[in-house]
Amino acid sequence: MRRHLKPVLFVLCALPLAWLLLRAFGIGGLGLGANPIDELQDRLGEWGLRLLLATLCVTPLAVTLRRPWLMGIRRMLGLFAFSYLALHFLTWLVLDKWANLNDIVVDIAKRPYITVGFAAFLMLVPLAVTSTRGWMRRLGARWHRLHRLVYPAAMLGCVHFWWQVKADWREPAVYAALLAVLLGWRALRARRRSLTIEAAQAGRAVTPRCGAA
Amino acid sequence: MRRRPDLQLLPSEITPHEAFISRRQLMQGAIALALAGAVPAVGAATPLRYRKNAAYSTAERINSFDEITTYNNFYEFGTDKSDPAGRSGKFKPLPWSVTVAGEAEVTGTFALEDVLKPHALEERIYRLRCVEAWSMVIPWVGVPLGDVIKRFRPTSRAKYVAFKTVYRPDEMPGQRFPVLDWPYVEGLRIDEAVHPLTILAVGVYGEALPNQNGAPLRLVVPWKYGFKSIKSIVEIRFTEQQPPTSWNRSAPQEYGFYANVNPEVDHPRWSQAKERRIGTGLFAPRVPTLPFNGYAEQVASLYRGMDLRRFY
Repeated sequence: MRRHLKPVLFVLCALPLAWLLLRAFGIGGLGLGANPIDELQDRLGEWGLRLLLATLCVTPLAVTLRRPWLMGIRRMLGLFAFSYLALHFLTWLVLDKWANLNDIVVDIAKRPYITVGFAAFLMLVPLAVTSTRGWMRRLGARWHRLHRLVYPAAMLGCVHFWWQVKADWREPAVYAALLAVLLGWRALRARRRSLTIEAAQAGRAVTPRCGAA
Repeated sequence: MRRRPDLQLLPSEITPHEAFISRRQLMQGAIALALAGAVPAVGAATPLRYRKNAAYSTAERINSFDEITTYNNFYEFGTDKSDPAGRSGKFKPLPWSVTVAGEAEVTGTFALEDVLKPHALEERIYRLRCVEAWSMVIPWVGVPLGDVIKRFRPTSRAKYVAFKTVYRPDEMPGQRFPVLDWPYVEGLRIDEAVHPLTILAVGVYGEALPNQNGAPLRLVVPWKYGFKSIKSIVEIRFTEQQPPTSWNRSAPQEYGFYANVNPEVDHPRWSQAKERRIGTGLFAPRVPTLPFNGYAEQVASLYRGMDLRRFY
């Protein structure tokens, strides 16, 4: 199970993209439907957000299930999320806006859902860049602080999705609720930790807790 | 129900509901039968008899039947573009009746074929511009709404026409969740309703309307955003006051009563300056949106002196 988890997940994460490519190239009679650009953009964004949330599930799962080795899949999930979102962004930039700088700037400045989506993507870029072992070593403790950017990025991602639906907020609500749970878990844990540290400093006995980051 | 002896629409033309089903099988060759034959159980779409109205048609490249019938906004069947095609199989568009009410001399509930019978069907190839900034070119088959309205003799108090979509959550799965406040309602000013461009459509591509396109009877107002063109109409009401409209109630700052296509007035969340023409592929740029969806010459005069930023 442990040994196969990563390759299996790799294939699973690549499946939506492979499916989109098959559809985009019309292989096997598949297609992207009447509005292929919107379809590409929506599916890439949707899977990017799903994978971003999946990435944020890793730590809570590893801690609560006491399976620290689960942490080994976090980077891969995060990079897949980033890849889908980068393609989502590029689809918008090239196929939708035709790299028309004026339209792009106006959209980012005037359309709040695009502003927040763009901001979220910008936050994820340094995280993808510093995801290597080398950068982790170089940044040390700062790496953890930097990678907390994933929290506001995920929040803005959920807002980006919510702000563009016309009336049916059910799907964005599911993602927002999941994110709230994942962030709530972290907030509680941080609070508990600081209490534990205070207790330790007060000289009382402390039960050690599972220490995954 | 009010009936008067001097009706253009004679009481004898009005089918009692009980008699409707049996009579349906007897009618041959009539448009009504063509429509009646379009029951999904028959399996194949029913061809309609109509004449082409070139004067009111665009010469632009028509979208394919596939595009027109698989990429739809019809939230009664679900909010995904593919839901109307995928989830409308249970919907029974026939038999169908329409209630006419409000400020008119002729009111009551009429079988669909009685509403349509005196009118010749014509094909109108119109641009359709969705408020979501995509567009299509669609060969509708229908009748001018103004001609139909005349037969109901609206009174001088009829300043607006309100329309209502059928409410059948058993057949329309999207209505089981209040995405919008069902049933869907729309409205037009009476001069918009009787404008020669405004039609009641019963078909597309020469065949009776598929369920996902608003079977069996829908409005088409080509100079307004698509959501004004209400589908599966069961009620037409003449009113003195401006009637409420579904999208305006849902998000008043985003969707106005008029909803005229206007590249100058953006949707608060996105630009309306350009549109994507469906069917032009992955690598086609957006094209500029025209005022009144290109029908300014015919309809701009209806709005003379109005601030179209305020009355969006």
